[in-house]
Amino acid sequence: MQDEVTQLVLEQALNGLQFGLMLFLLAAGLTLVFGIMDMINLAHGSLYMIGAYIAASVAEKSGSFLLAVFVAIATTAVLGAILEMALLRRLYRRDHLSQVLATFALILISNEVVRIIWGDQPVMLAMPEALSGPLEFGGFIYPTYRLIIVGVGLAAAAALYWLVAMTRLGMWVRAGASNLEMAQAMGVNVRWLFTLVFAIGAGLCALAGALLGPLLAVQVGMGESILILAFVVIVIGGIGSIRGALVGSLIVGIVDTLGRALLPTLLRENFSTEIAASLGPALASILIYLLMAAILFWKPEGFFPART
Amino acid sequence: MSFYVESRYQRYGALVVLAVLLAFPLAAQALDQGFYISLLSRVLIYGLAATSLNLVLGFGGMISFGHAAFVGLGAYAVTLLMGAGVLSAWLAWPAAIAVSALAALLIGAISLRTRGVYFIMITLAFAQMLHYLFVSLKTWGGDDGLPLAARNTLGLGIELRNDMSFYYVVLTCLALALLLAGHLVESRFGRIIQGIRENETRMEAIGYPVFGYKLACFVIAGALAGLSGALLVNQTGLASPNQLYWTQSGMLLVMVVLGGVGDLYGGVLGAAALLILEEVLAGYTHHAQLGVGLVLLAMVFLAPRGLSALPALFRRRKDG
Repeated sequence: MQDEVTQLVLEQALNGLQFGLMLFLLAAGLTLVFGIMDMINLAHGSLYMIGAYIAASVAEKSGSFLLAVFVAIATTAVLGAILEMALLRRLYRRDHLSQVLATFALILISNEVVRIIWGDQPVMLAMPEALSGPLEFGGFIYPTYRLIIVGVGLAAAAALYWLVAMTRLGMWVRAGASNLEMAQAMGVNVRWLFTLVFAIGAGLCALAGALLGPLLAVQVGMGESILILAFVVIVIGGIGSIRGALVGSLIVGIVDTLGRALLPTLLRENFSTEIAASLGPALASILIYLLMAAILFWKPEGFFPART
Repeated sequence: MSFYVESRYQRYGALVVLAVLLAFPLAAQALDQGFYISLLSRVLIYGLAATSLNLVLGFGGMISFGHAAFVGLGAYAVTLLMGAGVLSAWLAWPAAIAVSALAALLIGAISLRTRGVYFIMITLAFAQMLHYLFVSLKTWGGDDGLPLAARNTLGLGIELRNDMSFYYVVLTCLALALLLAGHLVESRFGRIIQGIRENETRMEAIGYPVFGYKLACFVIAGALAGLSGALLVNQTGLASPNQLYWTQSGMLLVMVVLGGVGDLYGGVLGAAALLILEEVLAGYTHHAQLGVGLVLLAMVFLAPRGLSALPALFRRRKDG
């Protein structure tokens, strides 16, 4: 009995870690765009969706999951760069509401374009066969694929950390997030920086989309549900801070996953089955938003505010 | 941004539109195009919802990304009361207004302690919480929503089941709401709210209880949204958690921005433009949303202050 419980908790904790790391891939790009360019980009989730769809098509045609991931990342990054240069660049100086309107329109457009190209039905992104089996250490069983996701996620986080903390480009990014005018005054080429930041963010979205594709459904509208969680993450973590995005996404990923897995059981132990049956799932879903509301109330700048 | 004063042109324009709206169902019936009556009812209901958001957004300067929650709460209030045997609109609709107003009071009391982008996010959070609450409560329909057994009864010989009668009731509600909003905006309360929007610190320094005024504005907007929810569920017949999802709040914001933030008729204009555009395009293609998205995108760049500012734009262009 004890082993089952440990298995469950460990499994859910790892699921939470996995989900959190994928959220981080989205949140990192989002927090930089929001933090540096002060732009609310609702279409960020659409890039994640496009990445997943491209990966699905390439995987089906070529049979190689690895190729699919790389093509998805590259294509979406380029798409992101083009989008930034053609359209989003003009929104930086506009007010938040205009940005909401424009990027909301982009969601509609991208959802429809995806429907035109791939149709209404969800598309299959097959898990690579070599990774679909379970892994076992000392009595604990966990799917290999999810472990790979955790690995890739950690590698991406490390690479991003290296980029932001140890390179000149990263220094420009941090300067921009902290005080854009000063950074510009100090000679940072802001136009190219913005395009690059956006492209990197888009690439990260595509990576998350491609990796999560085999686990979740690749369908139109998948971007909207994860986007909202990404916003919760960057609020908790602090807008403009990648470190904050990592901390925030791990918190959100683990709290959400563990909450959904354990709360209904916990409630059933203490309350009648009726109450537990309705309250359990409700509370689990609400938990993240409760957390965000609490943080907004007491520490609105988040855990690691980037702005000076 | 200057203070809002309704121009004479706008008032005359509005009266002309009202006349058209009054005559419309009779014309539609005569031409055997009855379907358009319920379409227009839907437009007017969303116009009411968007107007209520404009109160908070355009006049109050508070960007609320959770407004759809108040609409949804109104819808659920009416549906749950119908399930409990309350059929009369005279009881159900004020109840919907009260429920949404109470929710706005609670949510506003907490949210208004933040500002800027954090206010946007916290209102979003509360709406999402309510969405997931309704999704999880299986006894209240859960994910599938809760169907409304029948439209409310109004008495006075008016049958809401009749689409045309329902239309006129909706139009009356919208007209009353616009009258209320108009009076509110030009009243002492409205001037204070607009002053708060312009410079909150100054208003506070002068001595106005800023928090109280903002909260009052938020609650009034929530109450009107509750009414639109009651009307909406009568129109569609289903109260669904989807009505509270963030994309619905986003759509309301889009309507207000499209129509003209801070313009009395901005909400109605935006709702009409968006929904009619959708309907027209849907007649030609399955991919209507693509056209809608492209038009919205064009609007952001070509008509940055919304549709209501277009006449002024043309007038200025003519003068050179």
